[in-house]
Amino acid sequence: MTSETIAAGTEAEASPTFYLVEEEGHDHSGAGGTMLGFWIYLMTDALIFATLFATYGVLSTSYAGGPVPRQIFELPLVALNTALLLVSSITYGMAMIDMEAGHVRRTQIWLAVTALFGAGFLCIELYEFSTLIAEGATPQRSAFLSGFFTLVGTHGLHVAFGLMWIAVMLVQVGQRGLITENKRRLMCLGMFWHLLDVVWIGVFTFVYLLGVLR
Amino acid sequence: MSVSHENHDAGQGHSSRRGYLIGFGLSALLTAVPFYLVMTGVLSDAQTTAIAIIVLAFVQIVVHTLFFLHVNTRSEGGWTLMALMFSVVIIAIVICGSLWIMYHLNSNMMPMEPGSMPGM
Repeated sequence: MTSETIAAGTEAEASPTFYLVEEEGHDHSGAGGTMLGFWIYLMTDALIFATLFATYGVLSTSYAGGPVPRQIFELPLVALNTALLLVSSITYGMAMIDMEAGHVRRTQIWLAVTALFGAGFLCIELYEFSTLIAEGATPQRSAFLSGFFTLVGTHGLHVAFGLMWIAVMLVQVGQRGLITENKRRLMCLGMFWHLLDVVWIGVFTFVYLLGVLR
Repeated sequence: MSVSHENHDAGQGHSSRRGYLIGFGLSALLTAVPFYLVMTGVLSDAQTTAIAIIVLAFVQIVVHTLFFLHVNTRSEGGWTLMALMFSVVIIAIVICGSLWIMYHLNSNMMPMEPGSMPGM
């Protein structure tokens, strides 16, 4: 055997070894059980929000003589916030498409764009909270405001953690590229991010829009 | 090897640019309409507006679940959908049950004069 055939032999051996590793323990997309497990985690997260929605629903008219939703909610701001989060969902979708196509650079760019929209959302929410608190509409003021800050604040906290996760994934993808593990992580992050958008649909409808109607 | 690749594409809710764009279009519409209804007050009756925006919210949640979360009968052999259905039932019980009980609790409490409660 010449050295070339040996080299070709090792090369041929090297690639099936790679695929074996990939197939072992992962059914499809290298993420069989993980995706379902993460989905079940997300369902439990949805349950947390369900209890917070229920609490808010029960307390939503307990104003204790304090401000009512119509006086303190600014719908144009909420509409802007909703738009930011909705756009961040589609930009994440674009990142997923580029990830599946194997474009590392474009995946990173879409992830960064998603993070920017998410950060915009969070900034507006913090601005809204600080305005409310400056007006005296603090969580301590009434049961309605306690429920409001808990529900919306928990959602905002989730978005903040989502942003951290995006930052971590930007570094991971930058260092190791779109390897199987990173694809799996990005798919989990995507489900997390889209679920936050679904929760926000409930927030803007039941808290803000119905609050202003009341 | 190639077989596993086909599995990989069919196994996950496979996303396409078109799917995301359709979902986004629907979602944008389903967001804009309720804001429009409430901010302009075109439906003069508040109750009708409330029902309309609640219905639109549920439709939008379904749109997001299908187009962004890619839940369908095939993903993870149907277990994703199963977990979702279970969660929806629990969420409905938690939210509707809490509101129902607390509403009745409130309306069954007699309004009391201050000081009419013994020992206060």
